[in-house]
Amino acid sequence: MAFDAEIRQALIDQVRRFVTEKCIPLENQVGETDEVPQEIVDEMKQLGLFGLAVPEEFGGLGLDMETECLVALELGRTSPAFRSVAGTNIGIGSQALVLFGTPAQKDKWLPGIAAGDLISSFALTEPGAGSDAGSLTTKAIRDGDHYVLNGTKRYITNANKADLFTVMARTAPDVKGPKGVSAFVVERNTPGVSVGQPEKKMGQQGAHVCDVIFENARVPVENLIGEEGEGFKVAMSVLDKGRLHISAVATGMSERLIKEMVTYASERVQGGKPIIDHQLIQALLADSQAETYAARCMIMDAARRRDAGENVTILASSAKLFATEANGKVADRAVQVFGGAGYITDYGIERFYRDARIFRLYEGTSQIQQIIIARELKRAAQADQL
Amino acid sequence: MKVLVPVKRVIDYNVKVRVKSDQSGVDLANVKMSMNPFDEISVEEAVRLKEKGAVEEIVVVSIGPQQAQETLRTALAMGADRGILIKTDDNVEPLAVAKILEKVIGEESPELVILGKQAIDDDSNQTGQMLAALLDWPQGTFASEVILEDGKINVTREIDGGLQTLSLQTPAIVTTDLRLNEPRYASLPNIMKAKKKPIDEKSPGDYGVDTAARLSVVKVTEPPVREAGEKVEDVSELVTKLKAKGAI
Repeated sequence: MAFDAEIRQALIDQVRRFVTEKCIPLENQVGETDEVPQEIVDEMKQLGLFGLAVPEEFGGLGLDMETECLVALELGRTSPAFRSVAGTNIGIGSQALVLFGTPAQKDKWLPGIAAGDLISSFALTEPGAGSDAGSLTTKAIRDGDHYVLNGTKRYITNANKADLFTVMARTAPDVKGPKGVSAFVVERNTPGVSVGQPEKKMGQQGAHVCDVIFENARVPVENLIGEEGEGFKVAMSVLDKGRLHISAVATGMSERLIKEMVTYASERVQGGKPIIDHQLIQALLADSQAETYAARCMIMDAARRRDAGENVTILASSAKLFATEANGKVADRAVQVFGGAGYITDYGIERFYRDARIFRLYEGTSQIQQIIIARELKRAAQADQL
Repeated sequence: MKVLVPVKRVIDYNVKVRVKSDQSGVDLANVKMSMNPFDEISVEEAVRLKEKGAVEEIVVVSIGPQQAQETLRTALAMGADRGILIKTDDNVEPLAVAKILEKVIGEESPELVILGKQAIDDDSNQTGQMLAALLDWPQGTFASEVILEDGKINVTREIDGGLQTLSLQTPAIVTTDLRLNEPRYASLPNIMKAKKKPIDEKSPGDYGVDTAARLSVVKVTEPPVREAGEKVEDVSELVTKLKAKGAI
């Protein structure tokens, strides 16, 4: 479905207004207190942000990928901790249900996810396995009408607030590799599920990651998402979408940092003129702009193709690789343009510099994206589709 | 009760306006436009009255170019029920706006009209008062509180000396001041639903109102650039300087 252009613009304008008026003034506070204030969370719920990617019939907005990315670009223009509050409900925490859930599963959980009353989280990574879902060791062994889960998940975003987890676990321990993995919805209050303390992190204060531990946690069979053995497929589909979303968030941050750099460089005087008139500064700004624009174009192209039904695995990974690496360079240049001020906490630039670092790590590191891109290229070549 | 809320599309309050080089007005090219903030307060008040059950229907009206439809959609997303766009590319002055609204009110028969006390583009602060005069309705301007009670409208007004409370018989005109409420953010689902709410399209001619300008703008200029002050050593030097300038 092509999205109405006027509605799309109204949505983007409203999100930008929310970010500008409500989030940006609180950036320093959230960075210091490691907590997004509850009032802001409530306002995000009222605004409908948690339901961006949940279909309308379940109380969400049912945005297409192009519109979701445009909204994510706007959400990227402030500390990523704000986006993270709703981020797992919008993305990796909800999409397994949206894409593969049964009608009963959708009815049960999606309305709460869309309203933000249920926080959903995605539990794939383990101490010994991450993007290579084939190496997972968390087990889910069928016992009557339940599966019994045992294992530990690591660095799970929003785990401390989560009511639901999408968990990838091995249902066939004898089957090595991805085929033995299945996806489940696990409710937080299931006996045997516990969540560790939030990790202390380099950046993104206000957003939290924790271990999630399953000790003989009995999950009803009706909580299986898709078929047994489809877990890897579920995870990869969810991540294709999540990678575009994260690319957009990172690129939104780049756009914000360009604005901050240009504003600062226009005011800061050295050698008798604003530093924006010094050519070495101009090069930093121009490279940032060119790379950020290229990233935006890649994201929008991949999003439109996904909306048109194309397989975008290689495009999503390319966009994630390029957009987040570009963002890292832009954040580094922002510190450089600000000079000493870029290193001082009050200016907020060093905070963005730290926040940006995670974009090249989660939802698959840059190296994982390279591997996926190369793997897909090889596959396409073998099928004579290049 | 039916409430009518006129809304105006103006330059967004965050935009730094620039004067056109020929001094004929301000530059509107590629400038972000939004609903007049006082009108947003009016829509919010109407929606709150509806949520309390005191109001059944909220009709929003905008007089302006085609894009004023976006302003109506914003009001519909906030909770208004339907819109009327009175399309014109002319700069419609407050008296003509009041005359058009008088006719709209004749057709719609609202019992309450809530207007912003002024629009932030021309800061006229006239339309509400003119409309009350044309209709010969009671008016409560600069409202900081509006309470509906037994067919009466109690309006607390911000006046120079403090607060004044009036009791108005319906139908009545209320104009809103800054402290009446804090307008909500239209939620994203409501923005999407607003597209389905009806907007009627009319023209000033449909109401037989001549919108030709009665005023002509002679010149628009930037405020003078503030000049640097002077530093003085002590109070006696300050007093001497002020005396020398004839200021005291």
